[in-house]
Amino acid sequence: MDALSLEDLHHDHAGERALRSLSFDVPEGVLFGLIGADGAGKSTLFQILSTLLDPKQGKAKVLGFDTATESDKIRPFIGYMPQRFSLYQDLSVQENLEFAADIVGIAGKAAKPILDELIGFARLDGARTRPAGKLSGGMKQKLALCCALVRKPRLLLLDEPTVGVDPVTRRDFWDMLKLLKSQGTTTIVSTPYMDEASLCDEVALIHHGEILAKGSPAELGASLPGRLWKLHGATSLHVRTDAAPPAPLLSLYVTGGDLHALAPHECTTESVMASVATTGLPVTHAHPIEPTIEDVLMRFLQARHAA
Amino acid sequence: MSEFSIRTMGLTKRFGTFVAVDGIDVEVKRGEIYGFLGANGAGKTTAMRMLCGLLVPTSGEGQVAGFDILRETAKIRTRIGYMSQKFALYPDLTLRENLKLSTDLYAIPRKLVAERMDEAIVRCEITEMLDRVTGTLPWGWQQRLSLACATAHHPEILFLDEPTGSVDPLSRRGFWDLIRAEAVRGTTIFVTTHYMDEAEYCHRACFLVDGRVADVGTPPELKARHGVESLQDVFLAVAAKARRS
Repeated sequence: MDALSLEDLHHDHAGERALRSLSFDVPEGVLFGLIGADGAGKSTLFQILSTLLDPKQGKAKVLGFDTATESDKIRPFIGYMPQRFSLYQDLSVQENLEFAADIVGIAGKAAKPILDELIGFARLDGARTRPAGKLSGGMKQKLALCCALVRKPRLLLLDEPTVGVDPVTRRDFWDMLKLLKSQGTTTIVSTPYMDEASLCDEVALIHHGEILAKGSPAELGASLPGRLWKLHGATSLHVRTDAAPPAPLLSLYVTGGDLHALAPHECTTESVMASVATTGLPVTHAHPIEPTIEDVLMRFLQARHAA
Repeated sequence: MSEFSIRTMGLTKRFGTFVAVDGIDVEVKRGEIYGFLGANGAGKTTAMRMLCGLLVPTSGEGQVAGFDILRETAKIRTRIGYMSQKFALYPDLTLRENLKLSTDLYAIPRKLVAERMDEAIVRCEITEMLDRVTGTLPWGWQQRLSLACATAHHPEILFLDEPTGSVDPLSRRGFWDLIRAEAVRGTTIFVTTHYMDEAEYCHRACFLVDGRVADVGTPPELKARHGVESLQDVFLAVAAKARRS
């Protein structure tokens, strides 16, 4: 069964477009990433999926049920971690979890083993009695995830859980998501961090309320209309992002300390180097690389920008 | 004039028994893009606030833009610009009104205001939208306005506190085009970020772990020293030694 099924979903906020004509399915058991920047529509979609908001047009089905008319059948099976911090700052880690369990009808003796397991899972043992407001950013996010997990949801909805969290803690958090997947949980997670896309089974790229592309990270990489090259130089390389690429390159942009060039498939190392040399950039060598989701999104955004 | 825009010796901040910043020595050269990196809770924000004159150090000393961070904080504030992803802009004002307001906040002399506003408007590429309401514009325009507001008084140092937040990769690169241009003009850039690919754009990067400087160097030096391919891996290597969580 599909964990999620969208049919021509539209939404707007006070006339401002939030989501436009979304139609896609997510099967159960996958770790699905919704990749996009601020204002792309990710949170609106999460609010619809968690049955807190009815779509203006179209249909969203979660675990086979309509979010607008069958919310009572959906809610017992989902765990939703909203973007805004959802914990009680003055309550301890343990108390926040007890409260989250109480809300969903798990109390007293029945709650204890579940909460102990979650605290162990998130490695929060040492912070059990600490008020949530005194936790580091990463620990808060882990605790919020545990609160969404108390009723062992079939579908986990995580809205930007790793924003503002440093790379080490982000890695820990994704390890937790992988473990949940191995236990059969379907997860839909949004993120603005492109590198996290590679950790998903499947992703959708969302921009200004529209889905630009959907597929596995490898499929999306293969969809680029050319081959991607990494160019190294003796010094740090830089081109203005809005500069037109030298022919026959399709695009040329900075990534980290290097340049990335998208070139037609027939280009060789020599022709790519020669083309970049016309810009005056001191490139010393070039080699083909596998595109990341960031390269895929750059291609879509540059194409739109040019249009 | 000193070769350094920022220089600290043993800079320390304690909150009760907690040592947030533990004796850091930082030297940032004039015109340098200096990345200040570290895990949540490593002490980045506390250190940055001391450099901006917003927080008094417990011990240690330092100079920012040639002024003492203990005794001359008022002078420091007119010589620095500050930008963060949390906009200090008024969404209901136009771009022009926001910029005008910031010229007051940074105490630009009245007779220079018009000239400095015009200069910042052209340099930060916000001419077309000047009379539009700020809150209705896309991120890129708001961020360029923020940059204009933070630099119209021609600060010696621009502090960027996680400036790009959650924006798309094209907008992020466009923003860095402008930041590089600021550095080329001679402005020192002091930036914190969680994006390690942005850290690669820095001339030098400093990794803070548990309130101390764990390593500092150019991106190629750091990668060579840790035997890894990216600053993301350098981060994971140095942060693995952290005791605070």
